[in-house]
Amino acid sequence: MTIGTSVKRIEDPRLITGKGQYVGDIKLHDQCEAVIVRSPHAHANILRIDTEKAKQLPEVLMVMTGWDLPKDLSPIPMRLAPNEALTKALQFPLAKDKVRYVGEPVVLIVATSRYTAEDAADLIDVTYESLAPITDVHTAIQSDTSVLHPEIGSNDLFLIHSKKGSVNEELKKCPYVIEEDLYVQRHSGIPLETRGLLAVVQEDKRLTVYGPTKVVHFNHQILARLLKIDSQNIRFIETDVGGGFGPRGEFYPEDYLIPYAALRLGRPVKWVEDRLEHMVATNHSREQKHHVVVGFDESGRIHALRDEIFVDTGAYIRTHGITVPVLTQGMFPGPYDFHALEFITHVVATNKTPTGTYRGPGRFEGTFVRERIIDIIAKKLNLDPTVVRERNLIKPEQMPYTNGISALGQVVEYDSGDYPQILDIARNAMEWNQFAERKALAAAEGKIIGLGFAMFVEKSGLGPWEFCEVEILEKGDLTCKTGLADVGQGVKTALAQICSDQLGIPYSKVTVIHGDTDVVEKGNGSFATRGTVVGGSAAWYASEALKKKLLLVAAELLHLPAEELDIKNQLIIHITNQQCLCQLEDIITECRKRGIELREKYTFSIDHMSYPYGIHAAEVAIDSETGKIKIEKYYIAYDIGKAINPLLVHGQLVGGMAQGLGGALFEELRYDDNGQLITGSFMDYLIPSSMEMPEVEIEILENSPSPLNPLGVKGAGEGGTVAVAPAIANAIINALDKYPIEITSLPIRPEVIRDAIKKGPVTNEEE
Amino acid sequence: MTQSNLKNIALTVNGKEYTASVEPRMLLSDVLRDELGLTGTHVGCEHGICGACTVIMDGRPVRSCLVYGVQADQAKVQTVEGLADPDGGLHPLQEAFWEKHGLQCGFCTPGMLMSACHFLEQNPNPNREEIREGISGNLCRCTGYQNIVDAVELAAELLSKNKKCDDESSDLQVVQTGRKVNV
Ligand code: FES
Ligand code: FES
Repeated sequence: MTIGTSVKRIEDPRLITGKGQYVGDIKLHDQCEAVIVRSPHAHANILRIDTEKAKQLPEVLMVMTGWDLPKDLSPIPMRLAPNEALTKALQFPLAKDKVRYVGEPVVLIVATSRYTAEDAADLIDVTYESLAPITDVHTAIQSDTSVLHPEIGSNDLFLIHSKKGSVNEELKKCPYVIEEDLYVQRHSGIPLETRGLLAVVQEDKRLTVYGPTKVVHFNHQILARLLKIDSQNIRFIETDVGGGFGPRGEFYPEDYLIPYAALRLGRPVKWVEDRLEHMVATNHSREQKHHVVVGFDESGRIHALRDEIFVDTGAYIRTHGITVPVLTQGMFPGPYDFHALEFITHVVATNKTPTGTYRGPGRFEGTFVRERIIDIIAKKLNLDPTVVRERNLIKPEQMPYTNGISALGQVVEYDSGDYPQILDIARNAMEWNQFAERKALAAAEGKIIGLGFAMFVEKSGLGPWEFCEVEILEKGDLTCKTGLADVGQGVKTALAQICSDQLGIPYSKVTVIHGDTDVVEKGNGSFATRGTVVGGSAAWYASEALKKKLLLVAAELLHLPAEELDIKNQLIIHITNQQCLCQLEDIITECRKRGIELREKYTFSIDHMSYPYGIHAAEVAIDSETGKIKIEKYYIAYDIGKAINPLLVHGQLVGGMAQGLGGALFEELRYDDNGQLITGSFMDYLIPSSMEMPEVEIEILENSPSPLNPLGVKGAGEGGTVAVAPAIANAIINALDKYPIEITSLPIRPEVIRDAIKKGPVTNEEE
Repeated sequence: MTQSNLKNIALTVNGKEYTASVEPRMLLSDVLRDELGLTGTHVGCEHGICGACTVIMDGRPVRSCLVYGVQADQAKVQTVEGLADPDGGLHPLQEAFWEKHGLQCGFCTPGMLMSACHFLEQNPNPNREEIREGISGNLCRCTGYQNIVDAVELAAELLSKNKKCDDESSDLQVVQTGRKVNV
């Protein structure tokens, strides 16, 4: 049995010896390098672009503006949640008349080296006429603000409205109604490797592109469409990838420009984004304003909730369409049973970098808002916040439970789960019942400590299908071709374990092949925590079919019914007495002799997502002088149905938590009023280091296997991230319950805490 | 670039001698990666924060994106490619990173390994807090560091029974021959 065991990764030996091959590591004969000149203005008309001086620099091979691109070029289309009304806000690879964010590509330069290309970039002279920048959603939708996409007619690009029951009716009956404004700041995945591409026209005139990832097959089709060439004439090859997290692997302007330049020049063209460029060019995420109205009774039971949400989508609609706004609504209810809900979401255009998904899209935002609201209600009623949670949770007997809201084209239906149980597990693990006492003792010593909880429901296993092809080679090695992508999450090891489990061979004998459109027939890629669930199930069934084939031959040779046979440790065994009957190798040889092809393909289809769920808890200590927050203890319990490799799940959760921590306390893509990004380097955009990260205690639960797939898995990619901010915020508020502070916006800054402590405890608290 | 601008440099990397002709403005990270073909050293920010480009130069960890190639003339440099034995036997740190799942995408790993290697030489018996401090100049976006700390802890244990990290015995002497090796 390899499923469920923490085996070491098959990916690692190359990566720890410096033999990984990321796109920037590839060097082809005659290769040249591209640099992109980007807009320094948030909003401006382009009056003139003078490229002459740059063109005259020796070793500059190409200088291209938007006017040099094909006249009939289409903009980059939406991949997920496409919407007709939004096609007028899509982005073209190079700006022509107008720029709408700092970082928008304006000129492409190709030279023999990166150094020369950058010299040439300095010689490009663009005359801009600057226009008033729009940097805030509320300004954007005022009637006298200029409209960024005139064909849509308003910066309020799109409205999404969903409801369940009547919020107005329910609110009338509620003894308590409160309103809150909450804000989640702009931040993003920021993988350690920036994006990069290498495009080359091969001798047979076919175009090969190294560097695509995440949704390789999909992007392959898009490029063919944009270039107007047959996709048969394009090959995409995924290299090693230095982190995905959502932004990486979408189709960006450069994904068109670099292949196009290679076709025009007939030489390999490489482009590696630099970090400063990455911060303005690659998708941002998360920025949302929420206005919540919530009605509840004295027991803390919530009867109605309305949330009006303003999503700052940036200057253009990119490949994700309205995925994030839609997911924010669909997943907002979390583990709670609300009677009436209403969501009104405005997707608003501003002069900032366009946005897309980032690990836990919509859930990071929604979970912060919802879990803070729960604690605000508890405080108002003077109740234990975990009790308020308990009173609102969906009960196990209500499963499967439909929350009444849709996401990604399907009504959200939780497949299974015992939410009250996981709350209890966490309360016990954190010794919540004894905490008040501990806190009082700490206070006596002058220490301020607090404990907070945040619950969440995640989604995983987005269909519609995934593909796998397995084949037994000479010597009993197996190749597993998958339509998934490898962004560093350990997908090869997980798939190898699944195949190995079915076929009774060591997982180290499995070679996983992915991301090459010439070799892997089709695929939907790796995003939305779908890999192990959908791709893993495809591998499971493909391997099962292969196993059946082998056992049929074995049955014939051994004169036994195939149902009585199994494969274990590369041996054919008898199921009932576990006795070894013959070597697997002999059967493989026999199949070859008979001309039986030992290859199987499987496409696993699924229409419903699975819903893993969990809880985060944080214990914090606060420095009353500086307002600095120290996380003393951090705990995550997560029920993912089934863990294929607990070590990898653990890694996903701790790594995910680090990103959540960044979003909670440090990371912000902050703009000034001129639309300039002021946190555009690692000096100001603060990714947590080993000093900020606490030790995280993880409890992986397998109490609610998914009934929707043969493995029972629910996926584990995003649960480490989504509830960090509210868990920490709730802990801070718990610590400072005597002080005048409420946390409604991220990141949580020490000065806010310090100021509250300075003001001193509130004596006559209004009840 | 004009030929007259080029400077000849000679350096020893992982015990092997190299010479190259480079522009004075070329970064050591680019010299290693593009001129010498040693792409194990990664570049994550090019402004000195992420640590992905960390190499050991004359016994000290440096960010190779903040050093010019010409500054490395006559220097002894160690990169991730030189950690394992020439016969492929993994260095205890590499073993430990594999064992403890100390990497996901692996992009930070070469820099992390080099920093950790130097750190363990300075402090062969560190506690977890010290390890955290020791690797705090290297960002990892995937792992949340916990397993990296575990790995460095394990490596310290392995190393105490094993050989030293910075085994210079295999280094060739730097000889000024002007010979071009593997460039
Ligand atoms: S690349 Fe040198 S420190 Fe980031
Ligand atoms: S393993 Fe990906 S950045 Fe560290």
